[in-house]
Amino acid sequence: MRISRAEAVLNYVLLGVFAVAALTPLVGVLLAAVTPQGEGRYGFQLPSRIALGNFATAWRDGGFSHYLLSSALVVLGVVALTTVLSVLAGFAFATLRFPGRRVLFYVFLLGLMVPLESFVIPLYYTLRGWGLTDTYWSLLFPQTAQSLAFGTFWMRTTFRAFPVSVLEAARLDGAADRVLLWRILVPSARPALTTMGLLIALWTWNEFLLPLVMISSETWRTAPLGLAFFQGQFTTQTSLLAAAATIIALPIVVLYLFLQRRFIAGMLAGAVKG
Amino acid sequence: MATVTPARAHGPRPRAPRPRGPRPRRQWKAYLYLAPALAVLGTFLLYPFAQSIWISLFDWNGLSLATWTGLGNYRDMAGDPVVRAAFGHALVLIAFFAVLPVVLALLLTAVMGRAVRMRGLGFFRAVLFLPQVVASVVVATSWLALYAPDGLVNQLLRLVGLEVATRAWLGDFGTALPAVGLVGSWVGIGLCLVLFLSGVAQIDRELYEAARLEGAGLFREFFAVTLPGLRGQIAVALTLTVVAALKTFDLVYVTTSGGPGTSTTVPALLAYDRAFRTGQVGSACAIGVTLAVLILLVTLLVSRVQPAEEDA
Repeated sequence: MRISRAEAVLNYVLLGVFAVAALTPLVGVLLAAVTPQGEGRYGFQLPSRIALGNFATAWRDGGFSHYLLSSALVVLGVVALTTVLSVLAGFAFATLRFPGRRVLFYVFLLGLMVPLESFVIPLYYTLRGWGLTDTYWSLLFPQTAQSLAFGTFWMRTTFRAFPVSVLEAARLDGAADRVLLWRILVPSARPALTTMGLLIALWTWNEFLLPLVMISSETWRTAPLGLAFFQGQFTTQTSLLAAAATIIALPIVVLYLFLQRRFIAGMLAGAVKG
Repeated sequence: MATVTPARAHGPRPRAPRPRGPRPRRQWKAYLYLAPALAVLGTFLLYPFAQSIWISLFDWNGLSLATWTGLGNYRDMAGDPVVRAAFGHALVLIAFFAVLPVVLALLLTAVMGRAVRMRGLGFFRAVLFLPQVVASVVVATSWLALYAPDGLVNQLLRLVGLEVATRAWLGDFGTALPAVGLVGSWVGIGLCLVLFLSGVAQIDRELYEAARLEGAGLFREFFAVTLPGLRGQIAVALTLTVVAALKTFDLVYVTTSGGPGTSTTVPALLAYDRAFRTGQVGSACAIGVTLAVLILLVTLLVSRVQPAEEDA
């Protein structure tokens, strides 16, 4: 279908307006991050020079090198653990028949819908009782639990899309389920696994409430939590704050820029299909 | 785990297991495959949620012995102006997080419906979607700067001679809540637009041709073809954004902490405060459970609007 020139221009203008609106707050942060300290405060103005020193200050003195490392460790742990557990559970739901399947399906569905806000309080008391608050474990396990339902449904959908005839043939050849899963299904599901890993990494990296509740010692602080504390301490040092914010957003944004198709497709598919 | 969680729920509905070839026997080892996931899910999500329900039936300050109050905490919630205000604010946020972006994105889709195959759409898609991937804490930080007394919003107002309208947007009783709400609109609009544009692309082109042959204008075309075709995407967008509005925490915590006064308190913030600052753990759990019930209801309600899909 062809569209007229005027219509095309209108479309570009509209998209342009919204694109600018989407970028403005983020550009503001970038701009503030390279503004020398003490020069101007919140407004949009071109800095007299590009001061990259803010990043170094936030990285070293602000402790963000450490916070980022914490975040990275938690993300790696959550992605790895969620992937393994989801692959196993997704395989059971996709290919095996067992009594109670329907009930268990709803149990996972419940895990998908119950928000962290509604159970983080007892979770805190339980983990404190086990001496796990103020450790990475208090972030790793709950965040895995929160991603698991999604991961399981994601893997179930992926495995069910696999041609049944191939599986049947392998089974007739005497292949055990274990072999089917790890030798045939998982290797063929690599793109879906990558997308799932990306989404879980995104959610885990950005999580705020859980570390806020579980972590009180600076040693275990994750990046978003570090920023919130920074915010409270240095309200007037906007350049430093902006530099810290940039450092936190950057890893995910860079990943996103390279793999945006995957991110968007994953989030939309995850939303639409489950 | 920001926005996506609940609507994923729409997906594959369980069905009687499909027979896959001649394998009628029950495969007990399925439980072995499920056990690790169930253990983690149960210990760190379902069990604490059940505990939350249980604790919500007690008066407990987190330290000393709890006393049973039955549904007392829920009764108190209903009569407590602070709690009612927080849920009222959540309602206002739904207008900003969900209604505004969905309506705006639908309008844009109506205008740009035929832009689906435009060049450069991929670029715009990536940019519009960007707010979805940036950490909420970073989003909050950037908007704090925009709303500051000498921030961009006031700069622009001064530029057009509206000095009188400038204010500390997040510090003003009248504007703090809408200001927070607009941040949510900013986050949501891109998601909705990307969803709807991808939905329009899936609508059968022949439906549009047919509508045009019958002389339908842009308006009729939108209501006869585009809107019905986007039902599924609208349901998803609504679920995601309404749930995000209901459980808002990070944004408010970082920008206003509920202030000025209690003008921007939201349920999740109130639950956090009561549990960890004022020692009203039972009441905090009751708020959390109410929030979960609301979210479950919204998810179920909206999923009824969604056209049934075949089991994936």
